[in-house]
Amino acid sequence: MTGLWTLFYKELLRFWKVSLQTILSPVASTLLYLLVFSQVLEEHIQVFPGVGYTAFMIPGLVMMAMLQNAFSNSASSLIQAKMGGSIVFLLLPPLAYWEFFTAYVAAAVVRGVVVGIGVLLAGWWFAPVTLTQPLWVLAFTLLGCGVLGAMGVIAALWAEDYDQLAAVQNFLIMPLTFLSGVFYSIHSLPPFWQALSRFNPFFYMVDGFRYGFFGVADVSPWASLSIVSGTFLALSLATLQLLKSGYKLRN
Amino acid sequence: MIPAIQIKEVHKRFGSLHALRGVDLSIERGEFFALLGPNGAGKTTLISLLAGLARADSGSLTVMGHDVVRDYQASRRALGVVPQELVYDAFFTVREMLRFQSGYFGLRNNDAWIDELLENLGLTDKADIYTRTLSGGMKRRVLVAQALVHKPEVVVLDEPTAGVDVELRRGLWDFIRRLNREGHTIVLTTHYLEEAEELCSRVAMLKQGQVIALDTTANLLRGQTQAQVKLRLNPPRLPEALRPWLMDEADGCFRLALPGYADLETVLATLRAEGVIVEDVEAAKPALEDVFLRIMGEAA
Repeated sequence: MTGLWTLFYKELLRFWKVSLQTILSPVASTLLYLLVFSQVLEEHIQVFPGVGYTAFMIPGLVMMAMLQNAFSNSASSLIQAKMGGSIVFLLLPPLAYWEFFTAYVAAAVVRGVVVGIGVLLAGWWFAPVTLTQPLWVLAFTLLGCGVLGAMGVIAALWAEDYDQLAAVQNFLIMPLTFLSGVFYSIHSLPPFWQALSRFNPFFYMVDGFRYGFFGVADVSPWASLSIVSGTFLALSLATLQLLKSGYKLRN
Repeated sequence: MIPAIQIKEVHKRFGSLHALRGVDLSIERGEFFALLGPNGAGKTTLISLLAGLARADSGSLTVMGHDVVRDYQASRRALGVVPQELVYDAFFTVREMLRFQSGYFGLRNNDAWIDELLENLGLTDKADIYTRTLSGGMKRRVLVAQALVHKPEVVVLDEPTAGVDVELRRGLWDFIRRLNREGHTIVLTTHYLEEAEELCSRVAMLKQGQVIALDTTANLLRGQTQAQVKLRLNPPRLPEALRPWLMDEADGCFRLALPGYADLETVLATLRAEGVIVEDVEAAKPALEDVFLRIMGEAA
């Protein structure tokens, strides 16, 4: 287990050493959304009864920031190692593929959680929100960040340069997070987009996470939990299989 | 005794390129072994297969008796590789890199050995400096330290002295020789054939993915039957009859490759007959480089 712990610690230290870019910067940019949207829309929209729009948005923004940063952490660390050649330092030792997976995904979860706490604390200043059901919050935090951490590993394994990875980030991750109900309830969407949203696993992450704050959600939190857990399991198995086969690493 | 490295009938293709064509090689424990060959001969591919950085299409490779695929954890523990590429992780200092590398090999509290490595490789004053800020030669030393951090029984150095100054080269070889004396098996690829000649007891030559020569360095040099002589002539003119033996000429000196030293008499007689005076004669020692060029030429 020393190998796993070392790689996990190394991954934590990597983002901690550039925390201005990896923690403060995403917190600051999420706050800009909050500032602009709360100013413009607070008076006009009430999604859940008794919940102001700013308060409604905070859990969604926290989740969005966590998901994007969990993805970025594993993806950018791995692509940098691949492009720069330092991946060899991980391929020469006797690290098992599951240790590799666990360390990268766990570090991605930690980065997501740290950024999430930052956004939540800063969001408090705009509208205090309470965690009415913290276990739901915790479950969706860990699973959501885990899914994105695994997706980051897959994307960085697949990508052959920074451009390809940026394409995944901009054309897959960004649209899926923006169209996941961060800024709205899917009930406010036309039927077609509402139906389409139900195929987006990110929607269940945001919806379940928000349930932990307000006790209200678009779909049952148990349904969300099943879908997000299933997604995590499927992606984990896929990532483990890719790592085991040495896909684009050992050839 | 189980050999340090055993390679049997190994084939590797990259698309249409048949990089390794049935390589068989056994390297005994404690050897200082050279793997030589021109660019593209398959040396680095063979090292990659040993290290598990790539997988063979067929055949088997073992390190200290451990199969590199089935028993990869044990084989990697027994192997330390200094890669050819000058790679580093920009985020970390030299000491951090060495501690991480120790941890990946399952070693905690390895600082005493890390300090010894730093000392022996002249890196002590660079320990807390970011690797990215080091010169090329220093980065190379860090790679050597990283390869040795788990005290591997077999050490493979892929072109370790490429672009490295003379002082470091000396220091590095002194250290590697010490490791070899202590029982570590050393496998080296290098473009500097005089290094291989000086250090290695046995040599394999690879060409186009095949081992075309495998023998002790001494035997290979003995097999170099040609006698080489360097003559300074006055006037600086080589008679036509001797032209077929000419290897090269410079500044009035002619280097001849004769079938044997007995033919030296013929050379001197021809020169006397032509009125050419021999001002200086030097018998050139056969070098591994000449053996290498001859063998590579024969295999063409």
